[in-house]
Amino acid sequence: MTHVTLKDIQKTYPNGFNALEPSSFSIEQGEFAVLVGPSGCGKSTLLRMVAGLEEISGGELRIAGRVVNDVDPADRDIAMVFQNYALYPHMTVSKNIGYGLKNRGIDKGVIEAKVAEAANMLNLTDYLDRKPSQLSGGQRQRVAMGRAIVRDPEVFLFDEPLSNLDAKLRNQMRIEIRALQRRLGVTSIYVTHDQVEAMTMADRIIVMNAGKIEQIGTPAEVYHSPASTFVASFMGAPPMNLLEAERNGQRLHLHGQDICAAPDAGSVTVGIRPEDLIPDPAGPLQMQVEIVEELGANRLLHGTMGGDRITVHLPNTVPAAAGPLTLKMKEGALSLFDAVSGKRL
Amino acid sequence: MRLKREALIDHAVLIAGSLFMMLPLLMVLQMTTVPDTEIIKTGPSLKIGDQLDDNFHKAMFEASGFSGENTGMSMLKNSFILGIGFALGKIIIGMMAAYAIVYFRLRFATLAFWLIFTTLLLPLEVRILPSYEVVQWLGMLNTYQGLIIPLIASATATFFFRQFFRSVPEELVEAARMDGAGPVKFFIDILVPLSKTMIAAMFIIMFVYGWNQYLWPTMITTEEDMYTLVRGIKQIVQVLEGAVVPEYGRSNVLALVAVIPPVLVVIFFQSWFVKGLTESDK
Repeated sequence: MTHVTLKDIQKTYPNGFNALEPSSFSIEQGEFAVLVGPSGCGKSTLLRMVAGLEEISGGELRIAGRVVNDVDPADRDIAMVFQNYALYPHMTVSKNIGYGLKNRGIDKGVIEAKVAEAANMLNLTDYLDRKPSQLSGGQRQRVAMGRAIVRDPEVFLFDEPLSNLDAKLRNQMRIEIRALQRRLGVTSIYVTHDQVEAMTMADRIIVMNAGKIEQIGTPAEVYHSPASTFVASFMGAPPMNLLEAERNGQRLHLHGQDICAAPDAGSVTVGIRPEDLIPDPAGPLQMQVEIVEELGANRLLHGTMGGDRITVHLPNTVPAAAGPLTLKMKEGALSLFDAVSGKRL
Repeated sequence: MRLKREALIDHAVLIAGSLFMMLPLLMVLQMTTVPDTEIIKTGPSLKIGDQLDDNFHKAMFEASGFSGENTGMSMLKNSFILGIGFALGKIIIGMMAAYAIVYFRLRFATLAFWLIFTTLLLPLEVRILPSYEVVQWLGMLNTYQGLIIPLIASATATFFFRQFFRSVPEELVEAARMDGAGPVKFFIDILVPLSKTMIAAMFIIMFVYGWNQYLWPTMITTEEDMYTLVRGIKQIVQVLEGAVVPEYGRSNVLALVAVIPPVLVVIFFQSWFVKGLTESDK
């Protein structure tokens, strides 16, 4: 069942700046959708419009079937988790979590029960009487989550909730948030600039760039069939190798080597994931390895092919050293893009 | 060894400084213990007399002046009403004005702020004649309102609270909106508690400022039961000038009494004051 629907939603600031081109998508009940893109791509603006913190310049926003364009944030039945947690510093954890309920005139006993339940779910029971300043970053984040959970909203909105945490805690919270969302089954929209977060957490990823949606799809779709060179280079670490191909009759050549049939288009950019290049003495491609990066279980080889920079991702079982290396490509692993528009062919 | 000598010098400097500050007060204290005639005869001395109790009683509980209504106690009361009323009024109005300017998209918010700001250039002393006219026209001479309200009309508190509110993270406002807190709730539930230290700091500054007012109370209060301490002390010396010996003991007791409350306020609020000016609780 469709739960959140955006139809031609757009944002133009009074100074004429177009923060968001008309964008449409819908999110299913219980789905975890991740908006990802570089900073300034309009993803936060989009989220804030769903939240009601930013006015919608055009289009229609529906939450649970109701048009909410002009509804006050408090009445949209949503809850938001902010990047810097936005906890009320003078209130205890339990007051922080219960504040939204108190404002809605809910009975004290009911609030206490709900707060206790949420605290239990988030392992915050021992901290209910503390102030936010006495908590660690991860705990504060959990309080912010608690504040969202007790409201029992239709939609959770997350605005880069993990970017203030250190790397280790971030990985842990990522799993916690995902597990919690699964358990509660609440439709969620999650904004991040971290493509790893997007890949690992999302049911569906919405990749944005320069105020436009570039691609909507499952993590696998976005990773394996990027819709544009932007998506190809933004998603995945290291990013997809993008190489200019030459057309030779009906075939495409890469540095003089025949690689595949040419599509009906002008000049073509070939994209290939670093792990789809395999060392093979009989392979068609010649690479000059300059740096070998040890990642433990894996190795990254950085070097050049012709004049282009290229990266290869190998398991640590394959020996690697600087110098020349002959490669072949995995079957069906090529992505072809229009070199001018950057769109997938 | 070197450290010790440095500590010694530090202490010497501090002790000399405190003596320098304390000496006038100690002289006043000394003078309250000797008979008034003694002061005329010998001037300042180190002699501790036995008149303190007597002088204190006279100053605090016996009326002076014509109407017999301005005892030290009534002046103390008036000073407290002026100090506290002024400080609270200023804080409340300053906070509300700053709240409007910072958090609401008013049409002329910036203009309004600068208009308020320019009142910093026009303290009461500059506009004292027109202010007097207005207060008189409103029939507020010899009233507490007349004493307090014209003093409140200045931008200091508004300015400080504006700066403070602007440093409150935007997300806090948004989180409160999501939590269903309207403008009034946000102000009372979030902003006021957050401003606690700021309010304390403002209270000290404003209380002392109000307490020490001299010119305005002198103009606005003609009835003796409305006198404040700072204004009343002068009156005692003045009234009895002429052939009689001025009541030095009595006015000096009042001077000491006038010093104590601001000192207590500063001591009591000191830790908050420092917090309010340095750290933020956000």
